Amino acid sequence: MSHGGLAPHVEQAAAATPPEQRRSGRTGYLLLLPALIWLGIFFVVPMISLASTSLYDPAGSLETGYAMTGHVQNYLTVLDEYSPQFLRSLLYAGMATALCIVLGYPLAYAIAFKAGRWKNVMLVAVIAPFFTSFLIRTLSWQFILGDQAWLADVLRATRIMDLLIAVQLVGEQGNLLATPFAVVAGLTYNFLPFMVLPLYASLEKIDPRLHEAGADLYASPITTFRTVTLPLSLPGLVAGTLLTFIPAAGDYINSELLGNPNTTMIGNVIQNLFNGGSYPEAAALSVTLMIAIVVMVLFYIRRAGTEELV
Amino acid sequence: MTDAATVPATEGHHDTGDLQLTGLTKKFGDFVAVDDLDLTVPSGSFFALLGPSGCGKTTTLRMVAGLEEPTAGSIHLGGRDIAHDKPYRRPVNTVFQSYALFPHMTIFENVAFGLRRTGSKEVKAEVAKTLELVELGDFALRKPAQLSGGQQQRVALARALINRPQVLLLDEPLGALDLKLRRQMQIELKRIQTDVGITFVHVTHDQEEAMTMADTVAVMNAGVIEQMGAPRELYELPRTTFVANFLGQSNLIRGTVLGPDGTDVWVEIEGSKLRVPRERAVDQTGDVWVGIRPEKVFLAAAGSETGDGSNQVAGGRVTDVSFIGVSTQYLVRMAWGQELTVFEQNTGARDSFRAGDPVDLHWMPDHTFVLDAAQDAQAGAQLEDPS
Repeated sequence: MSHGGLAPHVEQAAAATPPEQRRSGRTGYLLLLPALIWLGIFFVVPMISLASTSLYDPAGSLETGYAMTGHVQNYLTVLDEYSPQFLRSLLYAGMATALCIVLGYPLAYAIAFKAGRWKNVMLVAVIAPFFTSFLIRTLSWQFILGDQAWLADVLRATRIMDLLIAVQLVGEQGNLLATPFAVVAGLTYNFLPFMVLPLYASLEKIDPRLHEAGADLYASPITTFRTVTLPLSLPGLVAGTLLTFIPAAGDYINSELLGNPNTTMIGNVIQNLFNGGSYPEAAALSVTLMIAIVVMVLFYIRRAGTEELV
Repeated sequence: MTDAATVPATEGHHDTGDLQLTGLTKKFGDFVAVDDLDLTVPSGSFFALLGPSGCGKTTTLRMVAGLEEPTAGSIHLGGRDIAHDKPYRRPVNTVFQSYALFPHMTIFENVAFGLRRTGSKEVKAEVAKTLELVELGDFALRKPAQLSGGQQQRVALARALINRPQVLLLDEPLGALDLKLRRQMQIELKRIQTDVGITFVHVTHDQEEAMTMADTVAVMNAGVIEQMGAPRELYELPRTTFVANFLGQSNLIRGTVLGPDGTDVWVEIEGSKLRVPRERAVDQTGDVWVGIRPEKVFLAAAGSETGDGSNQVAGGRVTDVSFIGVSTQYLVRMAWGQELTVFEQNTGARDSFRAGDPVDLHWMPDHTFVLDAAQDAQAGAQLEDPS
């Protein structure tokens, strides 16, 4: 086989043009300034205040004031006392995230590739719940999950209820409300759009020709999905997972409105501690939750390898 | 696959390998994209489907690839009708117009994709060999985005070729490249096709590209094939006004057939009698279009005698002269008002003329062609892509 005809071109392209020179940085910093000030006042300062509150002596109160004693003991106390709620939060958030993927991926896929002229209507439908208050939407789930509501009837009729009772997701009498099932369902419902939208955004960017190329190169639709579509949608999947898992882990509304005392999540504990005036413990718990989530997220992003993706 | 590392030579395919389209039709709603197409592509040939955008050539290609379901008709390959097979079950691979390389995979993985699906055991050696064939041996570990357009194009080619399909489909593969690179790739593609001996079906709107590379060109228009043949044959003897205009340029002059004379027919245009060999006349009675390619016409000072049996049309006046270097392009207004185009080679041996000069036109009877007068003289004239 001959060589040479194209060699000069190859050389040329290898010495690709350097990236465009950046403009002088000053304008960029000026544009950043408002956001930096905002972050400074409303994020950095409260963060420092939260961290230092977590080290106050818990013996104080709002009336008498708190003494800054570097009381690391606070962390051990809350971890010792509230680890069940802590683990439950991560479990519920994980279940809700998994359900969001199961429900959201096909939906995002359908909107991106199959919706045609209904694409915009479907996207609006995904966002539409945001026009109603989070609280109202969660309250309305009390009706959906009611003992006499159709959902419970259907689950009973299809014997799925027996299964749910067996794994202790619902009450022993087959009641849906005030059960782990209800809390996870509420979390899933409330955070589903945060899964669907980033997934849609990354799926929508995939050139449909890539599916055709997969088919052309002997890959069945399933293989094409596994080798082409799924890896290319990974950035959206990672973003969706984070946007779902993080707020779900700290959520307290769903547990409060749809759960029972045995479904208390860490958000409820923090809220109760604050209401009860135990500021140092509440702060320590908040910081612990934050660190736990950051560590998990870093680990997750590294495993997913998204930094390598285009 | 004994010698897996080398791409197979031409032997072997001829008995069954022809690609045969029969009555192939594709409708999108009321729009007929491909209309009852019959076509045989001989095994091992470099076949070009040439036509303006929207003529149905890409739809035809996609039906062969299995990416479009035919409305009617059959696609036989190696004696089997594959018209309704899934694309991933066809011994056919495509080089897409936009390349459609997998952006998350390295060049190596892109090229290896097909082999991994078919469970080949020699993936590494095969990929290395194929990348060598397209001269990208050093690029295996890069991502597509790190390559230039021309290199991506060759990756797309390698990714399809490595599977040694019975037919390789190329959908405007050079459309995104600049002119110079396109010329290089035309030669390169032709070389690779000769090397591997696989049937190439190449879709393009670029007549020069089609003529440079293909053994056989089928000119397609409005869902049907206007004319098919070797590039020279199509160019020298177009059978429709569309082919006459789309493939190069033609002067088409209204004329009337006077009658036969031995192996020729006589045609009259605006008072001049012209001789045309019979086999070059599609229509041998009544009104016709008389065609002549601009570079086949000679200019002579008005009133000069040629006396070599040329067809001669007198009474022209030069209206425009453009010097292009290798040739000079004249526009000559004839007595009946039509403006004809003449290319004179810049050999230095011929007279040059200036705007306003009275001239006579003459050309060889063997270069004249006669077309059906019912066709539009402008068909295909403005459709060529300016790029």
